[in-house]
Amino acid sequence: MQKVTRDILVKRASELLADGTVSSVLGWKAGEFDYDVTPATFTDTESLEKGFVWSDFSAANLSKYLVSKTKSAEGRILVFLKPCDTYSFNQLLTEHRIDREKVYAVGVPCEGMADINKIRSICGDGIIKIDCGEKLTVETLYADEPFVVEPSEVLLEKCESCKSKKHVAYDELLGEEGEVVDSSRFSEVERLEAMSADERFEFWQGELSRCIRCNACRDACPACTCEVCVFNNPASGVETKAPSDSFEEKMFHIIRAFHVAGRCTDCGECSRVCPQNIPLHLLNRKLIKDMNESYGTYQAGETVGASSPLTEYTLGDPEAGDVLEGGGKNA
Amino acid sequence: MLKCSLSVLDSVFSRISEKMDLYLPVKREDGKAEYKKWQGEEWSENLNTVKSPKDFFFPQSEDLVRFRTEGKSVEVIDEREEKAPFAVFGVRACDVRSFEILDKVFLEEPRDSFYAMRREAGIIVSVACQRPAETCFCKAFGIDAADPSGDVTCWKTDSELYLRANTDKGESFISIFADLLTECDDTEVEKEKEKISRILEKLPLNGLSTESFGAGKTEELFERAEWADLCEACLGCGTCTFVCPTCQCYDIKDIKTGNGVLRYRCWDSCMYSEFTKMAHGNNRLTQRERFRQRFMHKLVYFPENNGGVFGCVGCGRCLKSCPVSMNIVKVMKELGDK
Repeated sequence: MQKVTRDILVKRASELLADGTVSSVLGWKAGEFDYDVTPATFTDTESLEKGFVWSDFSAANLSKYLVSKTKSAEGRILVFLKPCDTYSFNQLLTEHRIDREKVYAVGVPCEGMADINKIRSICGDGIIKIDCGEKLTVETLYADEPFVVEPSEVLLEKCESCKSKKHVAYDELLGEEGEVVDSSRFSEVERLEAMSADERFEFWQGELSRCIRCNACRDACPACTCEVCVFNNPASGVETKAPSDSFEEKMFHIIRAFHVAGRCTDCGECSRVCPQNIPLHLLNRKLIKDMNESYGTYQAGETVGASSPLTEYTLGDPEAGDVLEGGGKNA
Repeated sequence: MLKCSLSVLDSVFSRISEKMDLYLPVKREDGKAEYKKWQGEEWSENLNTVKSPKDFFFPQSEDLVRFRTEGKSVEVIDEREEKAPFAVFGVRACDVRSFEILDKVFLEEPRDSFYAMRREAGIIVSVACQRPAETCFCKAFGIDAADPSGDVTCWKTDSELYLRANTDKGESFISIFADLLTECDDTEVEKEKEKISRILEKLPLNGLSTESFGAGKTEELFERAEWADLCEACLGCGTCTFVCPTCQCYDIKDIKTGNGVLRYRCWDSCMYSEFTKMAHGNNRLTQRERFRQRFMHKLVYFPENNGGVFGCVGCGRCLKSCPVSMNIVKVMKELGDK
């Protein structure tokens, strides 16, 4: 359950619309069920009252939408940002992808978001109602009694390994500010590092073989904001719409991980949106971990205007050979 | 009507596997299901698969032809391989209908020989849905989840599997394991059908209407203002099209092989910015136009060109997979009679 209620967000958004601070509100809209929430723009109190959702299913990171929205918007846009979303927001500002003047950012504390897939594996299909209280109460077509689920059992992966409850950007904060969290987000990377090269290859072969090249990971990724992606550009010579072989689907994901290295804030959207449950965030986390070890701890999006260790040279940088030696472990 | 005890189901599967490849829905470690070649796995009858069985007949990518050059000569090599008979077991009513839709596209002139070859080799064994999901809405398209078609139709009860052959292909398929089956009347099956019908009535999307859609609705729907809000969150990814059992658009590409050219085709998505890009550029420049195309195709253009048959089967896969939870049901409700 979220500590700051939906009504508080709706009330504040209505006030900011009424006093002319903003002309539109970027938030989450109710769907057919309690869990199928869609990012949407609201322009009046009536539509906010009717359709705005702030619940355990408001997981979508709204910051990337600001890239196109700030280009076309007349007035200022109110955007609700969870702590993790603020890192993406800052990173997009650093890359000059968002017009800051056109945004009014409202920070919202987050208790973690629920994963409908995990709820399904406990409660089965046929979910007709989910009440997001202290515990999640899930009614299905097939069970006589509702399931009562601990929110901590069904957290999205990105929330299980939450790196920060602190907002690093906002114009206004609702509720109380949190702290940077000492997460164990690299533990799965360490498990993979400890594998032999063959075991690790087999792990990724198994995971990536499910890829359907829908590009959802790329299209949801706030670090992927190229006007035309190289994989969509017929003139690039590497344009692909489908994996023609198993090497190609691996190549796509590895190239993407390298392309966003140093800019990826570890927001976890890639894995959240993957229809095939591929743990894509692990590729990015491995690169973050390696960078931290080679160049000192760095968190993309922590501040606006910071330069990534990969784009900045300092005399203290390890030589290529040292990096190779470090990365060469178990290779 | 024939039946067998569920306790001999493994023997049935094993007997089929001796004759041909058998594919059925299997639950994965991540809790979702996918079609797998049977090698002793348990059939996951309650979960529909993330990807549809369309893949067996129209794979995501396939080689069409190879051109090998040597000096001034060009050798044309047909990449087609004879397809051995195979069976897809546990296909739901919605997915069975999807083959009828794909047939209209691929089997009419000019006939797609790659698809046709697989359709001839494949046997569809359907199963009535015991546990439809809340995302199911096949009834809106006139599909009866309690009595699917296919070469063979199955009903599963607590202890038995009931089978009915619908085609000659189905008859000869059943003969592979006929000694494991006994004749019976359809009393139990009728009971099961009633049970399923009662569940279908209770589905939250029961009552979804197609009345505002179909042939002749283009002018009414094309310029509707609601498209702007409906497509607002769309990321332009291909998830909905790639999990869809009826999406059939593909692209054909040539790649250099070193000693010639390989021509292959792969699924394409109308959601992609470069979809149907031509020499003059792209004919749909905004995501609004691309988004509209997908739903107009399924709900208006397809029925217009195919005797009223809608291009959606209500399987609900896009409802479950879309990263932003935008889907055909929301489109139908927003644009339909309110």
